[in-house]
Amino acid sequence: MNKIKSLDDLRKMRLDLENGMDIREKSNSPESLVQIRVAMATCGIAAGARTVMNALIEKIEKEKIPAVVTQGGCMGYCYAEPTIEVRVPGKDPVVFGNVDAKVAAEIVDKYIKKGELIDGVIPTNYQTINEQK
Amino acid sequence: MAQYKMHLLVCGGTGCRASQSEEILKTLNAEIKNLGLENDAQVVMTGCFGFCEKGPIVKIIPDNTFYTQVKVEDCAEIVREHILKGRKVKRLLYEDPETKKHIEDSKHMGFYQKQLRIALRNCGFIDPENINEYIARDGYSAIAKVLGDMSQEEAIDLIKKSGLRGRGGGGFPTGLKWEIALKNKADQKYVVCNADEGDPGAFMDRSILEGDPHSVIEAMAICGYCIGASNGLVYIRAEYPLAIKRLQIAIKQAREVGLLGKDIMGTGFDFDIKLKFGAGAFVCGEETALIHSMEGLRGEPTVKPPFPAQKGFLGKPTNVNNVETLANVPAIFNKGADWYSKIGTEKSKGTKVFALAGKINNVGLIEVPMGITLREIIFEIGGGIKNGKKFKAVQTGGPSGGCLTEKHLDIPIDYDNLLAVGSMMGSGGMIVMDEDDCMVAMAKFYLEFTVGESCGKCAPCRIGNKRLHETLEKICAGKGTEDDLDYLQNLSRVIKDTALCGLGQTSPNPVLSTMEHFYDEYLAHVRERICVAGQCKALKLYTIIADKCTGCTACTRACPVGAITGEKRQPHVIDADKCIRCGACFDKCKFSAIHVQ
Repeated sequence: MNKIKSLDDLRKMRLDLENGMDIREKSNSPESLVQIRVAMATCGIAAGARTVMNALIEKIEKEKIPAVVTQGGCMGYCYAEPTIEVRVPGKDPVVFGNVDAKVAAEIVDKYIKKGELIDGVIPTNYQTINEQK
Repeated sequence: MAQYKMHLLVCGGTGCRASQSEEILKTLNAEIKNLGLENDAQVVMTGCFGFCEKGPIVKIIPDNTFYTQVKVEDCAEIVREHILKGRKVKRLLYEDPETKKHIEDSKHMGFYQKQLRIALRNCGFIDPENINEYIARDGYSAIAKVLGDMSQEEAIDLIKKSGLRGRGGGGFPTGLKWEIALKNKADQKYVVCNADEGDPGAFMDRSILEGDPHSVIEAMAICGYCIGASNGLVYIRAEYPLAIKRLQIAIKQAREVGLLGKDIMGTGFDFDIKLKFGAGAFVCGEETALIHSMEGLRGEPTVKPPFPAQKGFLGKPTNVNNVETLANVPAIFNKGADWYSKIGTEKSKGTKVFALAGKINNVGLIEVPMGITLREIIFEIGGGIKNGKKFKAVQTGGPSGGCLTEKHLDIPIDYDNLLAVGSMMGSGGMIVMDEDDCMVAMAKFYLEFTVGESCGKCAPCRIGNKRLHETLEKICAGKGTEDDLDYLQNLSRVIKDTALCGLGQTSPNPVLSTMEHFYDEYLAHVRERICVAGQCKALKLYTIIADKCTGCTACTRACPVGAITGEKRQPHVIDADKCIRCGACFDKCKFSAIHVQ
């Protein structure tokens, strides 16, 4: 291990190390972040959800977008796998279908950054018990 | 650092390790490798999450899934279902005791919602054996700031402004303590970390050292700079092997990167830390006794003054701070004195770590802002009393503290309010008692502890506490008189006024406070010879209700001392003189014919 010889060394070291802890820091305040959930059931994985998830994580990491990517179970839209659900704080969740790495990038650039919807939105037709009053 | 999509945090605190968390960690790793997910998921051993009641804990990041009571056999399911397919393992989720619903993530658990973690900020979050994770969370940036841009006086001033007070019990202002140590000039000074945690049921210092040792090391170095000391000593009890191991690893790592040793970060400041092991004597938590023990002498206190800040370890100025106090220090430098002093009450700033124990649903470690009420701690965070029983009292401050009752539930907790009602903050142990606990027996328990731990140097503590204990034993045995109650009160006051050190002066507190709040119970013991809670065995009277007894002889056979006699199919009788009140007959009787008074 390199010696920390100056205050700058420590700062540099911290910058290098921060990325590894990023996911944990973000999990500390999930409500203030964009939450992206990739449906990772068997059908989703078979349709390429893992590639989508990797692409999302890399992009968010690279562009320092305040978002956290988690995996979820099957949402039931097997005809449109891979599907991802995006929750922007303060807005209703939006589900996108037929996502591949390219579409994923588009979702980040257009929807998350600018709030513009793109093709492939699946209208929500369900309620979860958590939302029921 | 590599990028993982998921982190699996496994609790590596002493409690969870005792229920196989090490094997869980290994098995999770093996399963992840099996499925080829080693680039996606990382398993990390962390310090204590505080939710010891339901350990071992495995927390999945980033979705904050909180798995409780995980067994080695569950690991395959967690990896296959959750990590691979994104389906949470429902049966391992925490179930809300009231609504009976599974709670998906820790952010929605009542246990965590009211907590504010400063001293425990890294416990259950980072790997305590990896200095990189500490540095990534702003670790050692406080010492960098202090060494880089602050004079000794400025740094001490910041601590004074923050309002931090000693978390070991007394609540002495930390900044003032440092200032006194700075002003006493000497060729050598010492920074001592008091890790001799001795209160029954308290384990906050152990958990901090196990979960975040670097924060204590960093704070000691800051203190060293502030008071002008280059030597640090941690006095830790040898019965904390895991805390010692983690601290040793942390010190070694800090030395390797040059954060301990000569010329730290090129600023010319030297500081290093050594460990001193104690044999686990309660009195050695008292700072003068602690220093004598470190010098190789008997662990006995001496009269103050001289204070350690004047004449301490090896006769040199010494600053002694408790583990939890130190763990707050780096956070205060990073976030500022104003930030810290906004938390808490007027005279008690910041947060306090409490160890919840006794008859409470969520046994564990919590950190809450000062000024929170006992009701919030016990009923919201602690989840209420076990088995739906009624709350009776809570002992705060360990053997030096006192008990608080129903009427104190809404008092905002801080140093001064607790003292005003006859208890004290102490190191933060909270033992909760329900309707089945006898308060006389409780006072007896603490006195038994103090008698065992008294160093014997001064007569009031050595002899007085022994007499107190004997009198309490007499009352619990049903042989007490009303004179004994006066005797207890008088003797308690004498001990308080005349004992040499803090241990002796506070040891009668459990007696005085239980007598104040539960005098009726004492009276019932000596007048009617009744123990309301039914805990004092000698005061129980077992009789057989003749109408209900069928003469089945089951009790006769169960009685270990042959106190029950009677003909078959005829009502039996219990000989009260022979009866040892073991309750065996009561448990055996199928007809509820045994009456207990």
